[in-house]
Amino acid sequence: MQTANVNRLTPYLFLAPAAAVLAIALLYPIGYMIYASFLDWNPSQRIGEAEFVGLRNYINLLGDESFRESFAVTLKFAAIVVSLEMFVGVGLALLLDRNIRGMSLLRTLFILPMMIAPIVVGLMWRYMYHPTVGIFNRTLKNLGLEPIPWLSDGDWAFASVIIADVWQWTPFIFILSLAALQSLPQSALEAARIDGATGWQQIWYIKLPLMMPVLVVTCLLRLIDAFKVLEVILVLTNGGPGLSTEILSLRISRTASEFRELGVAAAMSNYLLILLLVLTLGMFLYNKFAETRALRLRAEAEGAAS
Amino acid sequence: MPKIVFDKVEKSFGPVKVLPPIDLTLEDGEFTVLVGPSGCGKSTTLRILAGLETLSGGEIFFDDRPISKLEPKERDIAMVFQDYALYPHMNIAKNMSFALRLARVPKAEITEKVQRVADMLNIGHLLERKPAELSGGQRQRVAMGRALVRDAGTFLFDEPLSNLDAKLRAKMRTELAEMRDVIDKNMVYVTHDQVEAMTLGDRIVVMNEGIIQQQGSPEELFKTPVNQFVAGFIGSPTMNFVEGELLQESDQVWVQGDGYKLPLDAETSARLPGTAPRDVTLGIRPSSLLVDPAAGAPIELKVVVSEYLGAQSVLVTHCGAQELLVETPSDGPIKAGTAQTFGVITREMMIFDKASGLRV
Repeated sequence: MQTANVNRLTPYLFLAPAAAVLAIALLYPIGYMIYASFLDWNPSQRIGEAEFVGLRNYINLLGDESFRESFAVTLKFAAIVVSLEMFVGVGLALLLDRNIRGMSLLRTLFILPMMIAPIVVGLMWRYMYHPTVGIFNRTLKNLGLEPIPWLSDGDWAFASVIIADVWQWTPFIFILSLAALQSLPQSALEAARIDGATGWQQIWYIKLPLMMPVLVVTCLLRLIDAFKVLEVILVLTNGGPGLSTEILSLRISRTASEFRELGVAAAMSNYLLILLLVLTLGMFLYNKFAETRALRLRAEAEGAAS
Repeated sequence: MPKIVFDKVEKSFGPVKVLPPIDLTLEDGEFTVLVGPSGCGKSTTLRILAGLETLSGGEIFFDDRPISKLEPKERDIAMVFQDYALYPHMNIAKNMSFALRLARVPKAEITEKVQRVADMLNIGHLLERKPAELSGGQRQRVAMGRALVRDAGTFLFDEPLSNLDAKLRAKMRTELAEMRDVIDKNMVYVTHDQVEAMTLGDRIVVMNEGIIQQQGSPEELFKTPVNQFVAGFIGSPTMNFVEGELLQESDQVWVQGDGYKLPLDAETSARLPGTAPRDVTLGIRPSSLLVDPAAGAPIELKVVVSEYLGAQSVLVTHCGAQELLVETPSDGPIKAGTAQTFGVITREMMIFDKASGLRV
């Protein structure tokens, strides 16, 4: 009896170090942040000296015009970049999913942007966007066209950061989509050809629906990333002109470092966290539901057949 | 329903030649079975016919019309795949109606057709299910149904039963045989299972290493195989082959080898080219060996193992150093380890040239 109990506990003993690391590395900072969001805390204070203000930070933020604008910019940014990247990335994958000479080299080239540090990407694009010596405006000038105020006009600045982000992150979607495409059941595609599907119909009715689970996860990963994007925009526009490109993480960083309101910054982070959690949990629950349903019906089918 | 003609069809994958030029004619309305061991080129042949593989040379004709450049959908074919190849994201009704929907068949007609075929296959109650929610046998039926709904001129089956368990496979085989008689279409069926081939085919094409060994009715293949490969492939349990030598003694030709000497029947002797002696391979079907020594020419065999299969038993015996299978009714128990005399039905023996493997 005694030994049996000990044996049952053995796995937990082995899990304990990992659990401890997880608790310290993951849960502690999150707990710290959640706690801080209930404080009126500035960087000159130790956390114990800060005044506990309950939900005041959260409530104030809801009424804060700049926060709401920043939140809107973030939503707009994330929605646009992720849509564009999904469209271009999946499109490229569909185009390049074939065996022609030099394809592996091309694929490698495509994923290079993703490997460059975001700060470098920001700097690189800032030079390319430069109003007089940047490649874009020089090219436009050579063609006899008006230069574009890439980073100095609010709307253009927003477009510019979107272009840079799409350039850097489309490859991420491209390689995941390509992997998904290449693992599709070949016979289903052959069946579709025999059933009379044209190339487009195969993509629309077979390939895309079958890739959907991967695409959903890819899209979610990109959304999470897009909501947290910071470096490229920091280097390119630093949120300007005005608040036109001030995404949430930039606002959080400025609230903490410039406005010296750590509690408010923590509360903002928590709003972001909640948004992402809802997204993730939603997807997780949906998957879980679909899986259990399929398993149950299949078990019934096997039962009925035997 | 076209007559299908393969005219010197070739296929290579890079430097690897999988099909040497083959010629094959499939008559209108015939159920043809391509059978052979793994890698013999039977699936490739079918996939070339379907348009899923391009051919490297030659041409395929449907009633004198060359079709090798046509897309699969332009060939008026339907196909059942080994792994069923159902569309996992569509329910059964959508799976079965996919081709019809692409062809813009009116909705009411689609519903009617799908329901009719589904009822015929006993899957009418599953139409709302997804493939993942079905058992293996049900999926198999859906795959069959998806092809049948098409009402195509030619049906192709690529080892459709090989993923089922033995019991279900036997059941589906019977149903297929029934269906074959109801549906008057060209059917081309690929399998490695000679029992399927024998029970289903009007005509069987035996392939090995890309080469067509023989084609004909099941009975022709069983009774008059052209070579040792076909003789060994068709029939279960498989034919026994023993090394031997032909001997002429006065009017009688004998085949003699390690531990046996059997008289050759007059008909086979008459076909022998030239004069004995020469080296041959003797083929004896397990069913041609009888427990009663008086029923045929005597042969002394040592029973090593007796495999009881129910009504029948298969005896593994030794004749000298060579192994022979004997198929016998189970009623008279024969103990392993005993040596006894069996009778050989000599007119059912086959003689193969040792070098070429061709039947004499």
